[in-house]
Amino acid sequence: MRIVVPIKQVPDTAKVKLDPETGTMIRSEADAVTNPLDLYALEAALRLKETYGGKITVLSMGPKSCFRMLKEALAMGCDEAFLLSDKAFAGADTWATSYTLATAIRKSLEYDLVLTGERATDGDTGQVGPGIAAWLDIPVATYVSRIRTFDGKRFEVARLTEEGYQWVSIPTPCVLTVVKEIAIPRLPTLKGILRARSQEIPTKTKESFPFQVEYLGLKGSPTRVVKIETPQIARQGKKIVVKNEEDLTMAATEFLRFLEERNLY
Amino acid sequence: METSPHQVWTLAEQTGGKLKPISFELLHWGRTLADKLRTPLASIVIGSGVEDEEFHKLIAHGADEVYSLQDPRLSSFVCETYARILCSLIQSHRPAVFLGGATTTGRTLLPYVAVKVHTGLTADCTGLDIEEGTGNLLQTRPAIGGNIMATIKTPNHRPQMATVRPRSRKPLCPDLSRRGRIHRIPIDDQMIDPRVQVLGVERVETDGTVLDSAEKVVAGGKGLRKGENFTLIQGLAQDLGAAVGASREAVDRGWISYPHQVGLSGRTISPRVYIAVGISGSIQHLAGIKSSETIVAINSDPTAPIFQVADFGIVGDLFQVIPVIRRHLQERKEKQEHGCG
Repeated sequence: MRIVVPIKQVPDTAKVKLDPETGTMIRSEADAVTNPLDLYALEAALRLKETYGGKITVLSMGPKSCFRMLKEALAMGCDEAFLLSDKAFAGADTWATSYTLATAIRKSLEYDLVLTGERATDGDTGQVGPGIAAWLDIPVATYVSRIRTFDGKRFEVARLTEEGYQWVSIPTPCVLTVVKEIAIPRLPTLKGILRARSQEIPTKTKESFPFQVEYLGLKGSPTRVVKIETPQIARQGKKIVVKNEEDLTMAATEFLRFLEERNLY
Repeated sequence: METSPHQVWTLAEQTGGKLKPISFELLHWGRTLADKLRTPLASIVIGSGVEDEEFHKLIAHGADEVYSLQDPRLSSFVCETYARILCSLIQSHRPAVFLGGATTTGRTLLPYVAVKVHTGLTADCTGLDIEEGTGNLLQTRPAIGGNIMATIKTPNHRPQMATVRPRSRKPLCPDLSRRGRIHRIPIDDQMIDPRVQVLGVERVETDGTVLDSAEKVVAGGKGLRKGENFTLIQGLAQDLGAAVGASREAVDRGWISYPHQVGLSGRTISPRVYIAVGISGSIQHLAGIKSSETIVAINSDPTAPIFQVADFGIVGDLFQVIPVIRRHLQERKEKQEHGCG
């Protein structure tokens, strides 16, 4: 099975602190990691490879600092990786990003399956996975929480929806975007880290593939960010400290009053 | 002369022939936009066995027109087929604005369609408006874990597409005197993409209410200490008619299943009230609840970050507090049942 996993580098939210005044994230440039939700796609790919054999190609679009993240994917057991890095790609929205990734996939790889995380934890859109499927004109199943069978031509997968699990049969080639339930991501092994160290990760630019340059980056993006605001998250809430039985009764009464006043009970 | 893009469209969602609440919430947003643009508002219903009564509900909730596409093969969502239908409708009618819910369906279908019709799409909006002068759609959404609010435009492509967070607006009060037109569009085989087949839907026990669309959510975290203590959360949720949520810690410890997880790597929700019990409130967790209308925190640690965002907080031992609250609720219920409340 030939699997492609596009991944994204995001700020490491585990390391950031909350600014007590503004409620915004304080972060430094260095704290960038693999999008945590992409690790589930990598794990799903590795398990499929273990069962059915094949090859896993990882790619990303972003600055050179993405090499570290791609090395980690190789150390987990992926076979090859490449980075799409060019000033022309910068500022892309999800439309232009999915175009760029899909074009690189179509022009350089034979594939049965494209696996992605549900969404990236920074942009939080979840639009690139389905977008890649649309560009490649292949079917997509999103929010996949289980891959039950693969008969060589079709997968049976469960999609986690508001109503429960929708089971679908989907033929290759296809895009699956996976949720956390799919599997617990493994850590890179020492052997993997050593192997990845000597592996080369080629950089591809806008010249590497026959891109329509007017579809790339900020220029190619149909959407424009026109305003950024940092909302104040601190709310001036009432706080009751329970020290004895009396406080306890008061707390419960106040709690119910709070709900009642808002027609919530 | 080529007609210019005009109408505002919303995507209705159905399950088992019944429209879901998001269908009506979108019409409230759509009505505001359509009034500002002085243009009709239409709702698109793709499904199977949706009856006229449901279409009239859409009209009563603000739609001027309803486009109905019904076929047994459309009963359960399949992205490629739904996308084919929408692309052909968009190309023939050229709406100015197209809104879907930020649901598992909307967040799959709209990105697929946006690529096919070459237009921009903004995910998970919590605010929509029309820019004066240009008539462009202003789409506001939380980003970077809710730490910033970004306003986004699609200046040169049509339709301007957005998915809208469930519960970000209540439906309008139904006005039964409203009149509208229902267009029934026949389905031919060309519109059905045969590649993906739906095998079935496995309904999951969701404690009565589904998290994403719940008005009230009671969520438990690490403070519960043990898996079996989660029954406290479930009990309180049941008393209040609320859905059950959980922090990542609780899910990772196996106390409750992943569909209940709230936060950056779980669900982002906007209930009217979020009741966090034994949850300290990591940045990742807060990102998932920031757009809640109100937040209540019950935690023994007075310095827990959750209190910074809470509208009402109880600093105390949850094992004492929750049973007392439940007892009060029970007493009220009994009073009401005896008719002397």
